[in-house]
Amino acid sequence: MSNFKKLLHSQKVAPFIFCLPFVLSLIIFWAYPLISGIVMSFQDITFSNRVWVGTAHYTKLLKDKFFITAVLNSVEYMLLTLVLLIPIPMLLAVLMESRLTKAKGLWKVIMYIPALTSVVISGMLFRMMFSEAAGSQMNQMLAFFGRAPIPWLKAKGTAWIGLLLLCMWRWTGVNMLYFLSGLKAIDGSIYESADIDGATPKQKFWYLTLPLIKPTTIYVVTISVYAGLSMFLESFMLWNGNSSPKNIGLTIVGYLYKRGIEKNDLGYACAVGMVLMVIALIINFIQLVATGTFKKEER
Amino acid sequence: MANNSSAPKTIESNHKVAMVLTNLLFIVICFLIAFPLLAGLLASFRPGRELVQNGLAINWDFSTMTLNNYKYLFGMLGSDSVIDSAKYFMWYKNSLILTISTVILTLLVCYFVSYGITMYPKFKLSGFLLFMVIATMCVPFEILMLPLYQEVTVLKLIDTRAGVILPGLCAASTIFFFHQYMQGLPRELLDAGRIDGCTEYGISVKIMMPICKPAFASMAILCAMGSWNNMLWPMLVFRSTNKFTLQIGLNTLLTPYGNNYDLLIAGSMFGIIPILLIYLLFQRYLIDGMTAGAVKG
Repeated sequence: MSNFKKLLHSQKVAPFIFCLPFVLSLIIFWAYPLISGIVMSFQDITFSNRVWVGTAHYTKLLKDKFFITAVLNSVEYMLLTLVLLIPIPMLLAVLMESRLTKAKGLWKVIMYIPALTSVVISGMLFRMMFSEAAGSQMNQMLAFFGRAPIPWLKAKGTAWIGLLLLCMWRWTGVNMLYFLSGLKAIDGSIYESADIDGATPKQKFWYLTLPLIKPTTIYVVTISVYAGLSMFLESFMLWNGNSSPKNIGLTIVGYLYKRGIEKNDLGYACAVGMVLMVIALIINFIQLVATGTFKKEER
Repeated sequence: MANNSSAPKTIESNHKVAMVLTNLLFIVICFLIAFPLLAGLLASFRPGRELVQNGLAINWDFSTMTLNNYKYLFGMLGSDSVIDSAKYFMWYKNSLILTISTVILTLLVCYFVSYGITMYPKFKLSGFLLFMVIATMCVPFEILMLPLYQEVTVLKLIDTRAGVILPGLCAASTIFFFHQYMQGLPRELLDAGRIDGCTEYGISVKIMMPICKPAFASMAILCAMGSWNNMLWPMLVFRSTNKFTLQIGLNTLLTPYGNNYDLLIAGSMFGIIPILLIYLLFQRYLIDGMTAGAVKG
């Protein structure tokens, strides 16, 4: 018994004990569902039994026009959020770090607040601000310019303004904080020597700041790609449920939810999930190759 | 001579113009960011049916504002109000219990796991485990959602708190953050503890844990925020209305008829308070925690 206790307390066994919960959780709640998701995507699953159908779900997906809409919407949303949520927060962070800005603490505190509100609450607020009633904020704005009220959330062009504004509202402050932490890690003396060499602020940004915060940029781009592709709740809340007019708000995860939870077609829904994973991994891989992350590791 | 003195002056006045413009920009941004919440807060003092009829807009007319929605929320306006208030605060209580237990359990488990990965240089598996931590971060949760839902049903964890908490217990980002934090700490402390006759487990609790307090603080806030606002997974796991969290409950009030909007708008504003308080009290730690992964990449 004392031998056993000694072993348990030895430096060889202790790390295994410490890591045991992670290993268990990895097997039970990650590897198992992942593999079972892959298997299920080749099966037809009803309440009582499972039938192997091979790649039938995948060939059906290629012809499923709802699925194609969902993929296009998700990819479009992801690309637009990248365009909006990388350069703007980066510039704001640079401005925030500069000597020009006063009351930095106050701005930072306020800009993070939207991230504290749940999608339920923020989605509800945006839904009401973009409501088709004449008194809603957006229609009041139109009235200010002498235009008649429009049903904002019923056409893709105007509805996506709401969707993207909701996304920007929630994440601009968060991404700015990421970039700020990247900027803080830069050695200030580099800028001093650039000043001595007579570099303009624009040159300093292009040739010093941008390359030096690359690790942060890669990190923010990666999480934005994943978040953009797997967006669901924002559209779920903005259209009050999982169906939007002409499917303008249908995303990949929205379709997965619709088939898997609402229609109980688990096999088909898992195939949707697998396509999402492949798209996410491909985009992430392209992004990492393009930014030269792998090269850096080889060196 | 005259030329020489005017040059710094234009630079200085340029600097002043730039300064005014930059700060103006941040004032405008902060106003835009406060805007929806401010509109919601003002609307929470007016009848909910106005939200459905007129939509939401900033309305500064204080004469039409009453405390009725909040009185209703606290059950002070008749029997319907008492029933709805009881329902709302049940969700509130459920969310509080779920959030507190999630935070405590997740932090403890993640701390010990990253202690095991980080603090034993001779532990051969640590590199592999760290790789797996990152690998789990690369698979969006939504892909695992349906198989996990089936698994949780089979394990008879559906409609239980354990079913919500357990799958997220070993949060990869939390483990990774603790790992990065502990990497910066001297391992000699452990040897000092070993010489004093502490066991490996005693060292991790009595010596290392107090040193990691700041890391615990920042992870606690992030974890509390995530858990309080979490919606998708709890919505799948919880079946019975008396187990709903606040977010699921608020979502059920969002009917197209708008008959519950008094409760919805006041309840939404009141539902932000706990997380806002935690944020304002500990925001310094939060920023440290959030940005930990971003610097090293």
